[in-house]
Amino acid sequence: MAFRIIASQCTQCGACEFECPSGAIKFKGEAYVIDPEKCTECKGEFELQQCASVCPVPKTCIPA
Amino acid sequence: MSSPMISLKSLTSTTTMNQLLATAKSGACASSSCGSPAKPEDVDSATWEKIKDHPCYSEEAHHYFARMHVAVAPACNIQCNYCNRKYDCANESRPGVVSERLTPDQALRKVIAVANEVPQLSVLGIAGPGDGCYDWKKTKATFERVASEIPDIKLCLSTNGLALPDHVDELADMNVDHVTITINMVDPEIGAKIYPWIFHDHRRFTGLEAAKILHERQMLGLEMLTARGILTKINSVMIPGVNDEHLVEVNKWVKERGAFLHNVMPLISDPVHGTYYGLTGQRGPRAVELKTLQDRLDGGARLMRHCRQCRADAVGLLGEDRGQEFTLDRIPGEVRYDASKRETYREVVARERGDHVTAKSEAIGMVKAAGSSGLLLVAVATKGGGRINEHFGHAKEFQVYEASAIGINLVGHRKVEQYCRGGWGEESTLDDVIAALEGIDILLCAKIGDCPKDQLTEAGVRVTDDYGYDYIETAVSALYAAEFGLEPLAATA
Repeated sequence: MAFRIIASQCTQCGACEFECPSGAIKFKGEAYVIDPEKCTECKGEFELQQCASVCPVPKTCIPA
Repeated sequence: MSSPMISLKSLTSTTTMNQLLATAKSGACASSSCGSPAKPEDVDSATWEKIKDHPCYSEEAHHYFARMHVAVAPACNIQCNYCNRKYDCANESRPGVVSERLTPDQALRKVIAVANEVPQLSVLGIAGPGDGCYDWKKTKATFERVASEIPDIKLCLSTNGLALPDHVDELADMNVDHVTITINMVDPEIGAKIYPWIFHDHRRFTGLEAAKILHERQMLGLEMLTARGILTKINSVMIPGVNDEHLVEVNKWVKERGAFLHNVMPLISDPVHGTYYGLTGQRGPRAVELKTLQDRLDGGARLMRHCRQCRADAVGLLGEDRGQEFTLDRIPGEVRYDASKRETYREVVARERGDHVTAKSEAIGMVKAAGSSGLLLVAVATKGGGRINEHFGHAKEFQVYEASAIGINLVGHRKVEQYCRGGWGEESTLDDVIAALEGIDILLCAKIGDCPKDQLTEAGVRVTDDYGYDYIETAVSALYAAEFGLEPLAATA
């Protein structure tokens, strides 16, 4: 029940961070990471996961 | 028409304040035209006040004033086929080179450092990578912080328009009086070929639906800006076979909605940048195709012809990029704004400019009055101030002026490799310069050696340094007169 970010593909644009309805995405050290404790996969909020929908690089925000 | 030549160069190189003042004072204004309003005839005075210091909005201003961009808003809500987000936004910056991304605080430090060292600085822009209206919090924080430290700096924003309607009121409140919207289509069928997807209202849209939403939001945003008196520039990327013909229609739509300026830019689609267009072999337009389209659009919205497709973190006059002098690691942790250099520079420019405008209008008047059907394409080596003041061997670009029955107009520029490096000319570079000057009748520069001069002449490019340090238009009008057997003006400066 969580998504994760493939750091090597991430362009660090940060769109996922402010689109995440759960506040689960933070910039830590050198990369954006999703806190699996907080991630709800947007269930109950949106039809599709916001991080994956806004991410410009395919297959970068994926199910953990 | 004779005024002492004031060296703008000495004001703009990094120097001490005392030197700066001494230089400024030595150029006492002896011209009878001093203080004349340096205003082109085709805009009203309120508009002129807004654009007179903006190098992108006023071709006249681009001789004197500089812009800087800060990359603070990397998030984007659109995917464009000419952009590869792994690198940089290919629309607003030269692709393939990753810009330095800044926090609003870092951006403030950088703007102050540049304002202290580059007295020509008049405009701060946020222009990608990413979209400033979408990544709004960072854009807003940056504008607010800079405006409170440097109140007279013009704030400028470039956007794809999707999130624009949400922020027009805040833009107006923050005195952002220049906004550029990239509009490549008004027909969603064509839009679907340019934009694979958009992110709007918390979901991703694709195809026709995406293009339709984008189109409606762009038109709404433009109308809202016009209603609030914010000047808009429309950037369009010319994509041969996709939207090249269609841009005539785009021009009509944006003009009807009050766009001030239309800038048609050539698609950059080098495969190494990894964009969709680059990888699928979509070509960009040739210089002559771009010019033909621009000529067709003349008479619609005012056209920008002096665009250099600068990097998102460019610093300096258009056509130069001093960005590398101001990377974060070169800026001290604490910087304080010192207004003195910018103020002195503005005083000198105000004087020099009045003189230039008079010289320019005399020269243009003469060419128009001549009633000749002749057409002359002149390339000019210049480093600003509206004068022929660059040595041939030092030029990295030539500005192209066209003299004809409609006057003397800047119609473009040709980028070249610098011919002279460390005192020696490169033979192979000269061949490239000659190739870049295809179609040019005469090349003007401040100085040129006998050797390159002979070779250029042999290759069919006439070149002269007889008009070194003259105003560009004055020299062009004299050439035009000589070429078509008219009575020339007395030389100035």
